[in-house]
Amino acid sequence: MKILVPIKRVADPDNASKLKVSGDGKAVTSEGLEWKMNPFDDWALEAALRLTEDAAKKNARVGEVVVVSIAPNDEHTQRIIREGLAKGAERGILVETDEGKLDAGVVSSILKAVADKETPDLVVMGKQAADGDSNVAGTRLAESLGWPIINYAMRIKTADDGKTLEVQRELDTGVATVKVTGPAVVTTSDRILHPQSVQNGVTPDDFEYAKLEVGGRYASLKGIMQAKKKPIEQTSPSALGIEAQKTLNYTNFELPPARSGETTFVEDVADLVDKLHNTAKVI
Amino acid sequence: MANVLVVAELLEGKVRKTTLTAVTAAKQIAEGTGGGLDILSIGEGAGGAAEELTGYGAGKVLKAEIGGGYTCEKYAATVAEAGKGYDVVVACASAFGKDLLPRVAAKLDAGVASDISAVHTDGGKLSYTRPMYAGNVSGTVEILSDKQVVTVRQSEFDAAEPSGGASPVEEIPVQSDPAADKVEFLGVEVVKSERPDLSEADVVVAGGRALKSAENFTGIIEPLVDALGAAMGASRAACDAGYVLPELQIGQTGKVVAPKLYIAIGISGAIQHLAGMKGSKTIVAINKDKEAPIAQVADYFLAADLFDTVPELTDAVKKL
Repeated sequence: MKILVPIKRVADPDNASKLKVSGDGKAVTSEGLEWKMNPFDDWALEAALRLTEDAAKKNARVGEVVVVSIAPNDEHTQRIIREGLAKGAERGILVETDEGKLDAGVVSSILKAVADKETPDLVVMGKQAADGDSNVAGTRLAESLGWPIINYAMRIKTADDGKTLEVQRELDTGVATVKVTGPAVVTTSDRILHPQSVQNGVTPDDFEYAKLEVGGRYASLKGIMQAKKKPIEQTSPSALGIEAQKTLNYTNFELPPARSGETTFVEDVADLVDKLHNTAKVI
Repeated sequence: MANVLVVAELLEGKVRKTTLTAVTAAKQIAEGTGGGLDILSIGEGAGGAAEELTGYGAGKVLKAEIGGGYTCEKYAATVAEAGKGYDVVVACASAFGKDLLPRVAAKLDAGVASDISAVHTDGGKLSYTRPMYAGNVSGTVEILSDKQVVTVRQSEFDAAEPSGGASPVEEIPVQSDPAADKVEFLGVEVVKSERPDLSEADVVVAGGRALKSAENFTGIIEPLVDALGAAMGASRAACDAGYVLPELQIGQTGKVVAPKLYIAIGISGAIQHLAGMKGSKTIVAINKDKEAPIAQVADYFLAADLFDTVPELTDAVKKL
């Protein structure tokens, strides 16, 4: 199975409260914040690596995982693609572009061109990027390819000798199960994996998805060494024949107002109940 | 002038309340630009649901009956075909709206403003505010394409009240989509609860990893939840550990809530959790650690052991 995994770089999501906005309100500045792989894409990559594990052989994989990043060609993007390769992806593709020219529509056009060239069986990607929080690119990509979209996947297993996938997807009100015939686009929710459960490149039989602490697997030292030799193909939107223009124009950014008022440290339960009942009048 | 189509969300043949927040946003768009508003009821039981929607001031209510369980591919072509007659297509940014509308948008060559928190119609020109970066930045965005697609954050818009009148109901044909044959709907496990819906409750009591077990959620959190008539929520860590069902997760992923009172118990307050609850009116934190990041947003902080204090709080609430 060949899987394409788009990975986006985002300003460190765990420190998003340190983001600033430029004086004219036209740009979000992430100075001082490290670029990280979008955590949702990290989980997508983990899901893709699992789907291509060789059940018979330790540390071996069947099929190919290709990571693709659409970003400026600098050391940060290179590092994030190498991180994907170190975790186990076979190849990388860097579509060099100015992030200011991107929105979900342009990104999905670029990914369509890459998918047309690479002809993967699946595209697995994060359901959203932790910066824009839009949840749009994966679904737009599926429509442009004429493929089905399975959003918010929390469990993926192959069925019918790998011809179909059975996917459980999270809803607001429960969990739906669908059977999908590829090629397809699958987006992953944050409940899809648990990195500690991977041993020697094989997921044990008693693995339970719903026990997750952090992101995707850690790269092994061997993986980091191997990643240095793995190829990263460089291309650009124009080389891919993309002329799509943005359909979204951000006219202003601002930091949301801080919550007004100080934190009152209450003494005990009686004090808390008194404040909630008599001051805030919420109970 | 922007004419707006609202895509209703149905659950077991009934209109979900999410729909009514989309109606409110759609009314702001229509009224601010001098346009009109119609509603599309689509899915299993669309006819009955359409009747529920005739009292909200829509020009008409369209209905398209599609049976056999929801998939994006089964609905998108019909919504897009209907959407061709409108300037803006709107739905709630629920799991349903965020799944369906981007596919509709791609069919209409429309840009999507996701999860908006406000509508602006200054001088008849539409723009939208939306939270980004887990709620740490808010962006104002214009959609440049001819048609616009918008999903609406439920906690930021009031549910529309019935305004009287009776919109005519009109059936529209169901469109086919080759991609729909690739997905087979096998089933859905709907979680039912006697408690108020998390997204709509006035009071939310949420527990975190410090609860240590599912039994402690039942024994310690649930009595307080019920004493307050509240909805129960949880941090991602508590959901991932299996203490409660994933549907109760509050945060950047999961539900975004803005109740009158939010009580966070044993929740440290990771940035992703704050994204889902910092719009709450009054926030209470009960946590052993005074330095926990939840203190940044809490109005009242009780630095104490939750295992001692929460049962005491439950008793005190019952006596009020």
